[in-house]
Amino acid sequence: MDYNVDEKGYYGEFGGAWIPEMMYANIEELRLRYLDIIHSEEFIEEFIHLLKNYVGRPSPLYFAKRLSEHYDTKIYLKREDLNHTGSHKLNNTVGQILLAQKLGKTRIIAETGAGQHGVATATVCALKGVQCVVYMGALDVERQAPNVKKMKMLGAEVIPVHSGNKTLKDATNEAMRDWINNPVHTHYIIGSVVGPHPYPDMVARFQAVISKELKVQLAEQTGNELPTRIIACVGGGSNAAGAFYHFLENKEVELIGVEAAGKGVDTDETAATLKVGSPGVLHSSKTMLMQNKDGQITEPYSISAGLDYPGIGPMHAHLFKSGRAKYLYATDKEVLEAALLLTQKEGIIPALESAHALAALNQLEFNENDVTVINLSGRGDKDMQTYLDYFGY
Amino acid sequence: MKNRINTLFEQKQKDILSVYFTAGYPNLNDTVSIITELEKAGADLIEIGIPFSDPTADGPVIQQSSHLALVNGMNLNLLFNQLKNIRDKVSVPLILMGYFNPVYQFGVERFCNKCNETGIDGAILPDLPLWEFENNYQSFFEKNGIHNILLITPQTSDERILEIDNKTGGFIYMVSSSSTTGKNQKVEDFHQDYFNRVNSLGLKTPRLIGFGISDNQTFNKACENANGAIIGTAFINSFKNNIPLEKSITEFVKSVKNG
Ligand SMILES: Cc1ncc(COP(=O)(O)O)c(C=O)c1O
Repeated sequence: MDYNVDEKGYYGEFGGAWIPEMMYANIEELRLRYLDIIHSEEFIEEFIHLLKNYVGRPSPLYFAKRLSEHYDTKIYLKREDLNHTGSHKLNNTVGQILLAQKLGKTRIIAETGAGQHGVATATVCALKGVQCVVYMGALDVERQAPNVKKMKMLGAEVIPVHSGNKTLKDATNEAMRDWINNPVHTHYIIGSVVGPHPYPDMVARFQAVISKELKVQLAEQTGNELPTRIIACVGGGSNAAGAFYHFLENKEVELIGVEAAGKGVDTDETAATLKVGSPGVLHSSKTMLMQNKDGQITEPYSISAGLDYPGIGPMHAHLFKSGRAKYLYATDKEVLEAALLLTQKEGIIPALESAHALAALNQLEFNENDVTVINLSGRGDKDMQTYLDYFGY
Repeated sequence: MKNRINTLFEQKQKDILSVYFTAGYPNLNDTVSIITELEKAGADLIEIGIPFSDPTADGPVIQQSSHLALVNGMNLNLLFNQLKNIRDKVSVPLILMGYFNPVYQFGVERFCNKCNETGIDGAILPDLPLWEFENNYQSFFEKNGIHNILLITPQTSDERILEIDNKTGGFIYMVSSSSTTGKNQKVEDFHQDYFNRVNSLGLKTPRLIGFGISDNQTFNKACENANGAIIGTAFINSFKNNIPLEKSITEFVKSVKNG
C-alpha cells in the first residue's frame, strides 16, 4: 500500500487538482517545480538553517510524567507549541516562503482560521520583506483577536471575510479569489494539507520534520524509534500529516487523528468531517466533505477556529479509507477539560486545537509500557479568553 | 438531433450574445420565464447557473445570487423539473454552468442523461479539469451529445490553447482577464495583446469572451475580438424589485446590443 501521493496528485481515490483554468498556470508551475526546488542544495541549506535558528527546532520531546501517571502509561509530548509563533504552522510557512522566492513571487496571500497560520505567514513575510495579505473569517477575527493584532504589527494586511459562516472555509474561498485576480506575482501559502495537488504533498513534506525528529528523539529517550501510537488533532490535517509522515510504513505504529466534534457528531454543530462527511470536491481537491445531498457544503462548527473546516486533507481521507490511520473525535467540552488537565498536571496551556488530541486519551485503553506520543501542535495563548470564559477564572 | 450550439455558430459568426443567470434567483420559479424572455429579447445563447455554496471563481454579485438561490431552495433535481418542457417554449441553445460538486453528487452520468432528455446542449464546469473529464466523464457527454465547454485565460499558453481548441465542445469560453466574475471593466482595461495572440493562432473553434462584459461598449469591444460575448453579473444586477422581469430583460438586452 502506498500512502504517498501519486504522479497525478492522488492519494488512493482522493486528491487531484480540481482547478478552474484561471488557476492552471500557477498550479502547473508549482507542480512542475516544487520537488526540484525543495530538493536543491541551496533550498535545503537555508530551510535547515531557519528551522534550527529561527523556528527553534528540533522541538523537544517531553515525557509528561504526571499526565502519564494519571493514565497509568507513558505519554510523550512533541512540543510544537514551543516553536517560534507558537505552533507547527511555521514549519510550512518557512518552507513556502523560500519556495515562493525561488519562483520569483513578490506578494504572499494566506487564509487563516485560528490565526496561527496567518501569524506564521506574516512572520516569514516580515523576515523576508515580502508583502503579505491574510484572509480571515470575520467571526475568527473576533474570537482570535490577539493573533489579528500580531499579524498587523508584523506588517500584514488582514482582510475580514463576511461570506458564509465567516470562518476558515470562507477565508479560503476569498484567498483563492485573490489568487485568480492576481496570478502573476502572488504566491498563495495554503496553511494545511488541503487544496489542489501539489499543496497537500508539499505541506506534508515541510511538516514531516516533526516525525523525522520524533524517530531520533524516541530512540534516544525510549530505546525504540517506534512508539505504540501517535495522536494528533486534525483540521485540514497538517500537524497530523507531519507527525505521521515517517511512520506511515511502520505498520506497528498506531496512527490516530482527532477531529472536532463541536457540540456532538449527532448535532448540526460539528466539524468531524470523516464521521459525518462523504466524498466530494471542494477547494480544488476531491476529499471527504461535510455536505448536503445536493452537494452544497454545510457549515462546520467547532470551539476551535483552527479545526472549524468542512473538509480534510486528501491524505487523511485515504488513510481513513484504507484503515492505516484511525480517526476519533472530541467535543468542545471534552476538549476544554483535557486542556485544563494538561495545564494543571504539566504546567502547559495547550491550544484548543491541540487539546483535541489530549481529549482522545480518555477514549483509549493503555498498557503500562505503551509509548504514546501526543503532537502538541500549539500553545494556548490565543485561546485564553475562551478558557477564562469557560472556567470563570 | 444536431446540437443547437453548433447550429448557432453555423448560422451566425458575429455579435453573438450569451447571457448567464443563476437559477433560483431572484425567485425560485423564475427560471423558465427568464429563459423565454431572454430568447424573446434576442439572446443567442443562454447559460443557466447551478448555484453552489462556495463559488470560488465568482465575485460578490454571483456569490450573492447563488446564495439567495440556495436559500430559495434551488437544487439540480428541481432545476431539471423546471426545465422539463422548456423545448416546447424556446429553441435557443441552453447551457448549464456550475461548479463540479453539485453535479458530482447528482451523478455525472445521470446529469448528462438528464441534459439530453431536457434539451440542454452543453455544460460549463470550470473546476472539472480537462484531465479528469477525459479520463472519467467524456463518454457520458458524448453519448448524450452534450458539449463540455472549456475556458482559456490570459495566462493560458499557446500550446494549451491549441489543445483546448481541439478538445472543447461548441466554443471556447475566453475569460477576458485574470479575474473572478463581475469586475467592472472599461474598454481600456481589456488585454488587446491577449485577444490578438488568440486570434493569431488560427483556431478552428468559435470563441466567446466573458467576465467583465457589462454594457454596449464592452460588448462591442469583445465582439470585435471574438464571435461574441457572455454577460452574467451585469444581467443579474439589472433585476430590480419594482420592474417586471419581462420589461427589465428586454431593456437590458436592448441596451447591451444597441447602447
Ligand atoms: C495549534 C493548531 N493546531 C492545529 C491546527 C489545525 O491545522 P492542521 O490540521 O492543519 O494541523 C491549527 C490551525 O489553525 C492550529 O493553530
